[in-house]
Amino acid sequence: MNDLRHRIHHNGGLLAAIGLFIVMFIIYVSNHPVGLTAAVATTASNKAVLLALVAMAQTLPVLTRGLDLSVGMVFILANCLASVLVVGTIGEGFLGIAIVLGAGALAGFINGAIIVWGRLQPIITTLATGAVYYGIALYVRPGPGGDVQSDIADFATGQLFGVIPTALVVLLAIVLIVWLPYRNSVLGRAAYAVGSNEQAAYMSGVPVQRAKLLAYTLAGFLAAIGGLMLTFNTYSGEASAPIAGTYTLNSIAAVVIGGTSLFGGWGSAIGSIFGAFVLRTIEDLLFVFDLDPLWQPLFQGVVLLAAVSLGALRVLRIRNRLELFA
Amino acid sequence: MSESKLPVATIPALRFAFDRSLVIAFSCIILMLLGGALYSREFLSPEYLLQQLQISAFLGIIASGAMMVILIGHIDLSIPWTVTLGAMMATAVAGWFGETGNLLAIPVGVFCGAMVGLLNGLGVAYLRLPSMIFTLGMNAVVQGLMVLHTGGFAPQDHATDAMHFLAVGRPVFGIPNALLIWVVVGALTIFLLTRTAFGRRVYAVGNREAAAYLSGVNTNAVIIWCFVLSGAAAAFAGVLLAGYSTKAYQAMGDPYLLPAIAAVVLGGTNILGGRGNYLGTIAGVILITLLQSILAVMQMPEAGRQIIYGVVILAMLLAYGRGDIDRK
Repeated sequence: MNDLRHRIHHNGGLLAAIGLFIVMFIIYVSNHPVGLTAAVATTASNKAVLLALVAMAQTLPVLTRGLDLSVGMVFILANCLASVLVVGTIGEGFLGIAIVLGAGALAGFINGAIIVWGRLQPIITTLATGAVYYGIALYVRPGPGGDVQSDIADFATGQLFGVIPTALVVLLAIVLIVWLPYRNSVLGRAAYAVGSNEQAAYMSGVPVQRAKLLAYTLAGFLAAIGGLMLTFNTYSGEASAPIAGTYTLNSIAAVVIGGTSLFGGWGSAIGSIFGAFVLRTIEDLLFVFDLDPLWQPLFQGVVLLAAVSLGALRVLRIRNRLELFA
Repeated sequence: MSESKLPVATIPALRFAFDRSLVIAFSCIILMLLGGALYSREFLSPEYLLQQLQISAFLGIIASGAMMVILIGHIDLSIPWTVTLGAMMATAVAGWFGETGNLLAIPVGVFCGAMVGLLNGLGVAYLRLPSMIFTLGMNAVVQGLMVLHTGGFAPQDHATDAMHFLAVGRPVFGIPNALLIWVVVGALTIFLLTRTAFGRRVYAVGNREAAAYLSGVNTNAVIIWCFVLSGAAAAFAGVLLAGYSTKAYQAMGDPYLLPAIAAVVLGGTNILGGRGNYLGTIAGVILITLLQSILAVMQMPEAGRQIIYGVVILAMLLAYGRGDIDRK
């Protein structure tokens, strides 16, 4: 019984995000002119999975009390690379996918290497590497265009057995193959330890450097998967700075809504997935309720600001004013 | 922790002369000018140098505000749309109120920026939200407001004569007005940081907010004022930029976020707060403007420019902006 209470307390943020998502999704579906069909669900999940993947990527550095402002740029870079490399036969397509994912992981590793060995702050590092990755994306694809292997793309954005959106299955597979093993590995636990108290972690013999390196590398890898899925959705690549910026911003918001602490050491990538779903559903709700398009950016901004302000609830729990400055 | 990292730091007079980052930054400026001179003689002509200083004035004013926020250990990511907000509100007010509007334009633009800064400060100081995420959210809100402001109906977007004069006029010995304004803003910032109690408090909050609080400093007020100054500076730069390009347009502030933060950090200000002086920021601003100018003169395509730009900033930071190995 105590164990259950402990678990609920421990995952409060995650449960709140799931609850919020379910309520909003029900409102969305019940107001949708067509209702819940396989096609509606597939479209919704295809869009939501993109942000969910980028939000998962953002979670890992945040858990180590860092931040990756280049996730959006890696996402766009993978999109541009995929629109060039994932073409031809199915075999060539898969080879291209492997290269794109490798490039994403490499970009993440470079971030991590500069932060760990170069001892620079994550914010300024990823702001600068973000400019570099965007430059590379522009070099690969100066104007929008390109193509993608259509068999793989159709499969990845279609439905399994005619009902289940494949994108959701891909997301579930990534959670099972990447996130859960990582969470339970030595370096995954080390990431949490580094996030809650780096010096204590170091003194306890936690592999601090390797934990950070792996967190940033995996972030690049996950953002690249997101970029691949974007290519499968749009059948083209575009080096767009606004899209990259939006995804970076929304990924941080999704992380916060999903119950992960921006001060590190607390939270999970699964929460971020639902945080991303919540954000996406808000956008869809604006569409369903036919809000004036002029008001949409303001409305989204306010919702975003309100969402991140949820973190202020922490202030209410504080018993000693000095804890505020931690 | 208490052992000093630089031996010279203990002697105040020498600290100024031997500040490593300052020396490196200024030598990089000279190296860049010499390198440019090899490419074309024009790089050393007074006209080119004055023009570069004029362009760097806009970045310099934004960086002055950004530096205040970075010194207290926070960051202001709402700069892009605050710049745009300042420009758009100034030009719109001029359109709405005719003659009086022309007088009100600049103060109203700056005031709107200060209000964004006030909200940022309140969120960071009282809600205790990480400044990075709160100012990013504010940026999105201001963007939404500006889309609403310019959609539907079209407010005036032409700069007033006064704004144009301030940004491009050269009445005094051919020195650009924008440069003179930067000199004034810079002098005020230096005065504020080194000669007032407020400046001391800024460094104190940046070093250890809890200690400053226990010493009786109203740390929340310091945080709020720094954000207000940052917002006002960004909006003022926006007003001048509108005067420079004769009109205000969407996203005109977007290219200024990374350069402003990079200029402050390249100038030796610690991104975690508490350390840094304004001379370094001046060096950083000129460095970045020169780098952008040289890449433009060499007709580098946008892709290459972004890559070189990011790599140079990283390389310079790796050269002297590294954190300490500090695990004791």
